[in-house]
Amino acid sequence: MRFGVIVFPGSNCDGDCYWALRDVIGVDVEYVWHQERSLEGLDGVVLPGGFSYGDYLRAGAIARFAPVMQAVEAFAQAGGLVIGICNGFQILCEAGLLPGALVRNASLRFRCETVPVRVERTDTPFTLACRKHEVLNLPIAHGEGRYFAPSELLETLEAKGQVVLRYCTPAGEVTAAANPNGSVNNIAAVTNERGNVLGMMPHPERRVEEILGGVDGRKIFESMVAALSAAGRGGVKA
Amino acid sequence: MSHGTSRNAPVEIQSSLYPRPVWRELGLSDWEYAQVVKALGREPNWTELGMFSALWSEHCAYKHTRPLFKLFPTRGERILQSLGENAGVVDIGDGLAVTFKVESHNHPSAVEPYQGAATGVGGILRDIIAMGARPVALLDSLRFGRLEEPSVRRLFDGVVRGIAGYGNAVGVPTVAGEVGFDPSFSGNPLVNVMAVGIVRHEQVTTAAAKGVGNPVMVVGARTGRDGIHGASFASAGLDGDSESRRPSVQVGDPFKEKLLIEACLEVIAEGLVVGIQDMGAAGLTSSASEMAARAGSGIEMDLLKVPRREPGMTPFEVMLSESQERMLVVPRAGAEERVKAIFEKWGLDAVVVGRVTDDGMLRLFEGEKLVAEVPAKALSTDGAPVYYPEERIPEYIEEIERVALPADVAKDATPALVALLGEPNIASKAWVYRQYDHMVQTRTAVGPGVADAAVLWLKESKKALAVTIDCNSLHCYVDPRTGAAAAVAEAARNLVCTGARPLALTDGLNFGNPEKPDVFWQVRQAVLGIKEAAEALHTPVIGGNVSLYNETDGNPVKPTPIIGMVGLIEDASKRVTQEFKRPGDVIFVLGDDLTADCRALGGSRYLAALYGLVKGPLPKLDLELERRVQELCLEAAEAGILASAHDASEGGLAVALAESAITGWLGASCVLEACKSVEEGARLDALLFGEAYSRIVVSTRPEDAGTLLAMAKAKGVPVARAGVVTLASDGFWLKGTVPDRDGRREAVIRAGLEELAQAWEGAIPRLMETSLSGASFTEGPSGGAR
Repeated sequence: MRFGVIVFPGSNCDGDCYWALRDVIGVDVEYVWHQERSLEGLDGVVLPGGFSYGDYLRAGAIARFAPVMQAVEAFAQAGGLVIGICNGFQILCEAGLLPGALVRNASLRFRCETVPVRVERTDTPFTLACRKHEVLNLPIAHGEGRYFAPSELLETLEAKGQVVLRYCTPAGEVTAAANPNGSVNNIAAVTNERGNVLGMMPHPERRVEEILGGVDGRKIFESMVAALSAAGRGGVKA
Repeated sequence: MSHGTSRNAPVEIQSSLYPRPVWRELGLSDWEYAQVVKALGREPNWTELGMFSALWSEHCAYKHTRPLFKLFPTRGERILQSLGENAGVVDIGDGLAVTFKVESHNHPSAVEPYQGAATGVGGILRDIIAMGARPVALLDSLRFGRLEEPSVRRLFDGVVRGIAGYGNAVGVPTVAGEVGFDPSFSGNPLVNVMAVGIVRHEQVTTAAAKGVGNPVMVVGARTGRDGIHGASFASAGLDGDSESRRPSVQVGDPFKEKLLIEACLEVIAEGLVVGIQDMGAAGLTSSASEMAARAGSGIEMDLLKVPRREPGMTPFEVMLSESQERMLVVPRAGAEERVKAIFEKWGLDAVVVGRVTDDGMLRLFEGEKLVAEVPAKALSTDGAPVYYPEERIPEYIEEIERVALPADVAKDATPALVALLGEPNIASKAWVYRQYDHMVQTRTAVGPGVADAAVLWLKESKKALAVTIDCNSLHCYVDPRTGAAAAVAEAARNLVCTGARPLALTDGLNFGNPEKPDVFWQVRQAVLGIKEAAEALHTPVIGGNVSLYNETDGNPVKPTPIIGMVGLIEDASKRVTQEFKRPGDVIFVLGDDLTADCRALGGSRYLAALYGLVKGPLPKLDLELERRVQELCLEAAEAGILASAHDASEGGLAVALAESAITGWLGASCVLEACKSVEEGARLDALLFGEAYSRIVVSTRPEDAGTLLAMAKAKGVPVARAGVVTLASDGFWLKGTVPDRDGRREAVIRAGLEELAQAWEGAIPRLMETSLSGASFTEGPSGGAR
């Protein structure tokens, strides 16, 4: 099983994702340069956090035109697992691989802290290692993480169960006070309709060792590994 | 090097080149101009004059402080590199080293808070890259006026956004810091940023242009007209005219900096680099002359080859531009194509502009035409003038010692504690650090707000680094020597509170105009204090920065010698944080037998915040006791018996206890019994809120209490039992008692955690969010809110 972590100019969580996958989860992983045009040989792809191209126009708006994004699109269409974290989520939305958009936090300030999120679905390849309505503590660090979808789209997303994580209280209640950025319906993560592409604002790779405050983030990566193993994409590196 | 007592010494100048004394407009005095003429053996042309005026500015040349640095202890068994390079380097074992330095960006931040602070972050990061290290952490030390003033809120907001905007994008976590508020910083905030990097021993690079014939390359961003003469601007006092200096402030591009970090580290890792230097203040002039002077070599460059952002730039402008995100690189001869290829991959320019020579001259051409020719040594720090200014004890020192103390605290001391917790100097800084990415790079084992220092996990080993930055400006105002020594002591104490052994320090000296004897006295006293404490605590000074002329309309800021310090935890799993952990744990105060001496109120936040009083003298600082207290804390941390440890500083024991309770969300039940009587000078407010030094509030499991006390006895450290940790629902309860001839006097604090938390956590948001309508905010040069 082999993962690729895409490196855009300005990505800054690429090293963290690479480390989490290789040293903590124990899978093969390689960096994929933004000018690559093929993702051959990979089973899972990570679009990491950061400020791709400086995020100068709008977060993710320039990165979607990077040559590698065509390969990501083809990879996703072929059913490959794609996870976009933070800036990666923004890029996937800009690229149209995920519905909705991420706009500036309601506070209009960057916000960095560990927040509880509730797992809404456990039948996705990204959450199958979680319990239903399990509360995960995961770090957020973003200035533009307010998920937005027009009401019609939002209804569709909810109806089809595409909302995977929601900001909540430590007890798992989804309240306005527990919403750190003003996202509609407290949405922290969504999938595409097919369920093989996930975007999430929280950073699972920052929460994979006890010394970093906890290991809740492992569950996201372990879910992906389990899903790929079940699909016959090879085992975990010894 | 020329010596003088004053840059304003009278001198007669007959200039045949300049009809009027233009050097004055560039910040050089007549006496200094005469020294330039002497160094060159002729009058300087316009380009050369610009170069001298920038490099001989206080900001670049430390004209008033250089002799003082000789006092600092700079050696130690772990020190690989000390003063003189871009940043010092300290061995941390396993073939790794840590490098760190603090730098100020005060004046740019005063006129353009967002960009001023942002480019401050960028500049200090490049100093770390120039050592061959990967930056792993940022810390900042900030000072502003009172938040009640709208203009101060604008500066505070802009600076925090600037640090966030740059640091978050560049991918280096901002893990710790401190913020202080005092009217003296109203028009002249202090913005000091510290960067920490990790480097393998064999990759430590230097900033020397060695090897005659080696190419000289300009890499990174292109050169524009921004920031021309920033260094001279930084070396003059701020006045009503400063707003018009806005063009002197540079604009930062964190995206480019991120690419520059990766590209520089890649060429260094491939062994292509002989020397590398940041182009910071005074741009190409300082980087080229410093690199040549360090190697004893010369450099010649064709300025037409420097990649430019705009046409028609003169040699003066190219040499003095402070465009950001640029470095000067001397690669091995023959490696220039490979260097180019790597920078190209990262989308950056890397252009050969000249070569290293052997004649010690900085020789600049435009094509074939020679436009400047100056001995590199004359321009460099070593060649700049040195002054030994007059000093005089300021009158206020004696005046504040005569300030009478107010009546002792009332029996119900709860309002006093609540007021202190809600005072912006003491209040939680979560509003600030929540805007900073403090977790990127996945090393942050202890982040901001939960300990006296941040702890960075070295994934490469079991070890961790602890990092802190500290200074109490009020203490330094009351007594600069003791205050500066106490800043060193507190920084070290912050580190041992996490279980880290202090390694070394970097200082950021922020003062007013050194040409005023009152101010220079403060500078020299502070340097002496740093020296004494650094020696006593075995924390050599491995780098530093000086920012003088911090004044608004002639009034100097409170002296602020900031101390950045790094420590090592051998076993990261033994790290300690400040919050109480379990009900039933026993609370002790290390280093104190509770004399409650009224002298502990000297320089206290209690008197300043509640009574508007600044009183001297400061409490006595016993560096020998300090060392023993720190050894005790370290030994207990290593033995794994400390559940929590928190330094008692501003607001005294009451505030330290309350902070440990709030952050652990547990109650506390404590009694502090003074061992001296009212008749002997003891007071309740001194007991509860006094700021005696060398004290650490710790908690431990009851079964470990005996071990802790035995360790303390063996080290000769006084320890007072304060009380126990209780349930959150029990709230915070603290009683102080002082004996008097009629029996005892008492004061009691009783409050729910919610009440305390609301005061402590809510203070800064209440001041900031009510006045700043975020909706009207735009980022960038127009900066700030409103």
